[in-house]
Order: sequence, then structure tokens, then C-alpha cells
Amino acid sequence: MEIWRLPISASQRGKLISAGYTSLSSLSSISSSDLARELKVSESEAMNILKVASHSRGSETSNASCSIVEGALSAWDMLHDEESLMHITTSSADLDNILGGGIHCKEVTEIGWSSLSLIVNSVLKYKLTTAFGSESIIFMLIGGVPGIGKTQLGIQIAVNVQIPNDFGGLGGKAIYIDTEGSFMVERAFQIAEACIEDMSEYNRFLRKDFQECKIKMLPQDILENIFYFRICSYTEQIALINYLDKFLSEHKDVGIVVLCRVKVIVVDSVTFHFRQDFDDMALRTRVLSGMALKLMNLAKRFSLAVVLLNQVTTKHTEASFQLALALGDSWSHTCTNRIVLYWNGNERYAYIDKSPSLRSASAAYSVTARGIRNSSSSCKRIKMM
Amino acid sequence: MANKLISEIPLPKSIANVFSARNISTAKDALSLTEFELMELLDVGLTEVRSALSQISEIVAPPYQTALSLMEQRFQNEHLGGHFPTGLKGLDAALCGGIPFGVLTELVGPAGIGKTQFCLKLSLLASLPTNYGGLDGRVIYIDVESKFSSRRLLEIGLRSFPEIFQMKEMAQEMAGRILVLRPTSLAEFTQSLEQIKVSLLQNQVKMLVIDSMAALVSGEHEQGARRQQTLSWHISFIKSLAEFSRIPVVVTNQVRSRNHDDASRYSFQVQSRDGAIETPMQYDSHLVAALGIQWAHAVTTRLVLEAKSGERFIKVAKSPISPPLAFPFHITSSGISLLSDDGKEVMGPEINAIHCQGSFPQTSENAGHNEIINFGMEGLL
Repeated sequence: MEIWRLPISASQRGKLISAGYTSLSSLSSISSSDLARELKVSESEAMNILKVASHSRGSETSNASCSIVEGALSAWDMLHDEESLMHITTSSADLDNILGGGIHCKEVTEIGWSSLSLIVNSVLKYKLTTAFGSESIIFMLIGGVPGIGKTQLGIQIAVNVQIPNDFGGLGGKAIYIDTEGSFMVERAFQIAEACIEDMSEYNRFLRKDFQECKIKMLPQDILENIFYFRICSYTEQIALINYLDKFLSEHKDVGIVVLCRVKVIVVDSVTFHFRQDFDDMALRTRVLSGMALKLMNLAKRFSLAVVLLNQVTTKHTEASFQLALALGDSWSHTCTNRIVLYWNGNERYAYIDKSPSLRSASAAYSVTARGIRNSSSSCKRIKMM
Repeated sequence: MANKLISEIPLPKSIANVFSARNISTAKDALSLTEFELMELLDVGLTEVRSALSQISEIVAPPYQTALSLMEQRFQNEHLGGHFPTGLKGLDAALCGGIPFGVLTELVGPAGIGKTQFCLKLSLLASLPTNYGGLDGRVIYIDVESKFSSRRLLEIGLRSFPEIFQMKEMAQEMAGRILVLRPTSLAEFTQSLEQIKVSLLQNQVKMLVIDSMAALVSGEHEQGARRQQTLSWHISFIKSLAEFSRIPVVVTNQVRSRNHDDASRYSFQVQSRDGAIETPMQYDSHLVAALGIQWAHAVTTRLVLEAKSGERFIKVAKSPISPPLAFPFHITSSGISLLSDDGKEVMGPEINAIHCQGSFPQTSENAGHNEIINFGMEGLL
């Protein structure tokens, strides 16, 4: 490892290099006072440099001893990890089906409004179409035209993530980041009510004997577990995402360990503030990708799903105007999964536009008074494209 | 909070000095840079940058509320649970009580369909005392196209609430609460928005009406990206006004004919065309809302007013609460009223279509319309 990769300030790095220290090993056997003299810096500063250097070297050697590359996981281990991941259902069995069971934790998904119902777990679709059964991390981006139901899908996910483990849910909490002011608390209450009704019905149907599975949840409890942040500028958006790390650590182990953790972050919409206020597009791209990286890290560290809702815009390609998700091409690389919601005839459809592991497919869903559900007219409608 | 000064954040002295020496004075400046850009610029190590950024972020990030506390707060502090009844019973039921506070509600429709009539009625209602279903407060009416008619306003009042408007002092007080602004350019509009911000925030005003937003923007002949940008500033400003003063904001939008440029499908839909049976969405009149897709994302509730087979309909085209319903309506001397309180559910994207079949064919109602215009105010004044 070389000096220029150490996380120290530019001037310190410059002094080290001009004094002839170019590799880490050259720093391994020098005392802090010698270094301070050679670099003409204070002794505490030299100590600091040595500490950083030995830390980097330490991680380098210790990795080498246990595996070939530090921090790497073998594909086999990853498979096991993935199998243990859970899914958050979208309350529409068809949508869950094309999403391979629901929204995965540990990934970022962008939803363009037609994909929510695809996430509902097909196993649970019998009665539990409102369950959000995911414990895996998904970075998902969902996008769609105005009025197609992006916000509704966001609210549904925030409610479904709280379905208790007994019902195949995650029993988690949700963070809802609202940049547009479109979150309607009345609507969240309706969806929560319907979700609880569905759970009781499922309970009666399948578990007649088990008294202990009785549902004690109230819609108020569900609303209490949605942490709502209202963002008014892109600066606040960046600050909040920086701060979430701390927020999540603080809310990690309140009460019973697994039951009380935040399992999903919904951002509605990730685009709004970035589509104004920015003159420098290169800067916008850098800031956005920095933000996406931080979200991805959060998803990994805390095993949660990140769902970003995006707006659509028009784009000129091949001599015609088409709809496209906002924020441009480099942004579309950052999401693991991308779902686009669209109208097809008289029905709303979700289409998987991008995913490393799922087939591209579309499924119909509908928005009802009770939330997102399977399209009423489609019994077996999933069409592989 | 975005413009919070870094000097006001309790950072370690050494770091705070470096920030000010490099002219990074606000949180916005600091957070717009990446960690590595900051390391280069400030000449400090990664750990210092990280800890400084996390301190800044913690202070700038807004506090959270649980959805439950949000709901309790709304129901405690707000009249009618945060919804302003329009007096159109079917529509109010669909919208959970009426026009929601704190967000934008848009009326879109062809010329002459009754958008201004609806706005007049709403402003009148908002000025009424609470026991008549009003908000008992001032209304700011931004009248861009000079279509506001106080004569018509009083007529609607006299016909719908004779017990109030037959008393001259009451009529004077109610009409006195409606303040009309007539900006002639976008710049003037911007200026007046900034001026009313203060009085809005002091809760003196209970409703804001902008008739029409599209006229403002299309009046200035700027095209493309430039126009997008000016519009997006206004969108976010009006949205934040609505949000922080927690009042209903009603905005009207015009229609224009559909260009070939208007996209309605994604690239993947075009590719899959050959297999599927193509049903191109052809609307008989090819009308679309004048302000484009970015504006449409910003409004929370969109009501479409249209004329179809001799009848006028008001449709809930976008709403987080209501199913897609269409209500037939007509306009009489007492203002807009529904012909039926049972909405008809509309399937599919049809709810967004804006029909306008020629001129309005209702001969009987046209006669009624003339009567309205000639209605004398002598008895009143």
C-alpha cells in the first residue's frame, strides 16, 4: 500500500512524499519524534500519521492471513446470506411474483409506480396480500407518471414492513422521507386499518387453533412506527441522509431486539429538490452519487430496504419523445433494481426495468381504497417479456 | 436550515477556523461538496472531515415526527381535520371532507368550462363565518387574466347564502375579506408572492387562489429549459407556502392541444409493440394540461373539468385519497353545483383525459348564463 492512499490531509501527504516516504513499510520502523523532525510538524501530528498508517497496515496484513482479499465474501456465502433475507410484500401478489417475493432488503429499488404490487409474496398471496415480508436489503427505484400511485406504494410499503413475524412480515419500523409534501396521514391510516383487517382474516383462516397469534395491533401503533421527515431543500436531504446513520444506531435496540428495528427507508421523491436549484450538472451528479452510496451503505449495515420514488420526465431519443425517469443516465446506474409504473390500457402495470437477478416482467396492480392490491381483472396475468 | 452558518455550529475551533478561511460559510456550501473535495480544499484528514460533516448534518437535518403524532396534531389544531368543504357534497365525500390544507389543488379544463366560477365560489366560502361552513378569514386571489368579477361573486353569495348577503354590512365584510391581486408579469407575480408570504405565515389568510398559473408562464415567451427553471422555482415556493401556513391553495391550469412531442410511453413499451395489440390512447379532442409533467408531479390533487356529450363533468384525476370519480355538474346563478352526488368511477387513464366537444351545446344553460351576467346588483347596493 502506498502513502497516497492514506486518509490524511493533502499537505501532510505532500510532506511525507517529499521527505521520501512513499510506501507504508517505510513508515513501519520510525519513531514519532524522528518523523516529526523530518517533516517539520508537531509531534502529536506525527503520532497521528503513524497511527493512521499502522491502522491501514494492520487491516492489510490481518486480512491476508484469513482470506486472500480482505472483506470479500465467497459466492457460496453470499448465496446463504441471500436465502436468509426476507422480503417486504407490496400487497399485490402479482407484483411480488415478478419481484421474486417482494422488496429485498439490502438493495436499493427505484419504483416508477407500476411495480409495487409485484412485490407481494406469492406464498402469502392467499390472504395476506397486504404483508410486507422482507428482511433483505434492496435499493429500489420506483418511477412513474403523476397520479399512477407512487406515493400510495410508498405508504403501503411503510405499513407492510410492520407486519409481525408471525404473519410472515418483518415486524420492522419505517422511515418516510417526504421531499414533496405529498404524504397524507389520513391515507396512511386507511391503509394501516385495511392491513390489520387482512391480517385478522388470514389469522382466522389458517390458524384457528393458535390463540397466541391474535392480533393486538391498532392502526395507531402502525402510524407510530413510521418516522416521518419533511425535507425542504437538497441540503437538508443530504444532511438527513448523513445523519440517518446515527439515527439508525440509536433506534437499533429499543425494546425487543428484532421487533423494533427500522427495516425500510422510503424516499418520496428522491428527485424533487435536485431538479431545481442546480446550475452545475456535474456537481449535481457528484452529490447524487455520493448520496446513493451512503444509502447503499445504510442498506448493508442495517439490513434494510431502501425504496426511492422518482418522477418521470420526457426525453428525446430516436427522433421521438419518450418518457424516462428523471435525473439522467449516470443516476440510473446507482440503483440495484428499477421498476417503472405505467398505464396499459385501463390498467396500471409495473415493469421491472433493471435488476441483476430478476427477469424483466410486468404485472398489473390496482390502487383501491384499501391500498395496493392485485388487479381485479387479472387472475393469472403475469406476462414475461 | 440549509443556510445555517457554520460558525454557529459547535465544531472544534481548529476545524471551524479552516472552514471560515476557505470561505465555506454555510451548511449548504459544505454539504454540496464531497468528502474528498473537502479534504483537498480544507487540507485536513478524512476523520476530521467526517466528524465535522456528521456534526453539521445532525444540526441541519430536520427532526422527525411519527405519523401518529402528525395525525393527532392535525386533528387538534385544524378546523375540520384539515379539509375545506367545497359545498359540493359528493366531491367533499370523495376527498375526505374537501380540499386538503397545506398542499396544492389544481383545477384544469378548457376555457369557459367553469374554473373561475369554481374559484369564486371557493373564495366566497372561505370568507364565510365557520358556522356557515367557511374558514372565517381572508382570501388572497391572484387574478392573472383579469377574470375576477366582484359582481358575480356577490351574486353567488346572494343566491347561495341569502341570509348573510341580504344584510349590506355583512356582504361588505365578506367581500372585503377577498383581496385580489393582478400581476401583469411573472416578475411582478414573484414579487407579490414574496410579499404575501409574511401575512400567510401570520395566519391572517385562510386561502390562496391563483387563477391561472399557466397564463403567467406562457405569457412570457420563453421556451425549453429556461422556462422549466423559472417554473420549478415557483412550484417549490408555492408548495412551501401552502405547507408552512397550512392553508388550502387552489391553482388553475389551462389546456393546450397535444403536440406530437408529448410522450405517453416508455422506451420499453415501444419495443414490445409488435407482439401486443396496440391500442393507442387517442382522445377525441387531443387536449392536455398546459403545464407539463413536472408541474403535474407537484400538485397533490388534480380536478379535471371537462365537457363530454353535452354534459360537464368534474373528475378527480389525481388524489392520494379519492378513487377516480367523475361527477356531472352545471353552473347556475348560485355558482357551480353537482347534478348528482354519486360519482361514476372511471377506469384507467381515461380519468386524465380532458374532453371538450366543440362549444358547449347546452342551449338552456347558455340562456341561464346570460341571465347571470345581466343580473342586477341594484337591490344590493
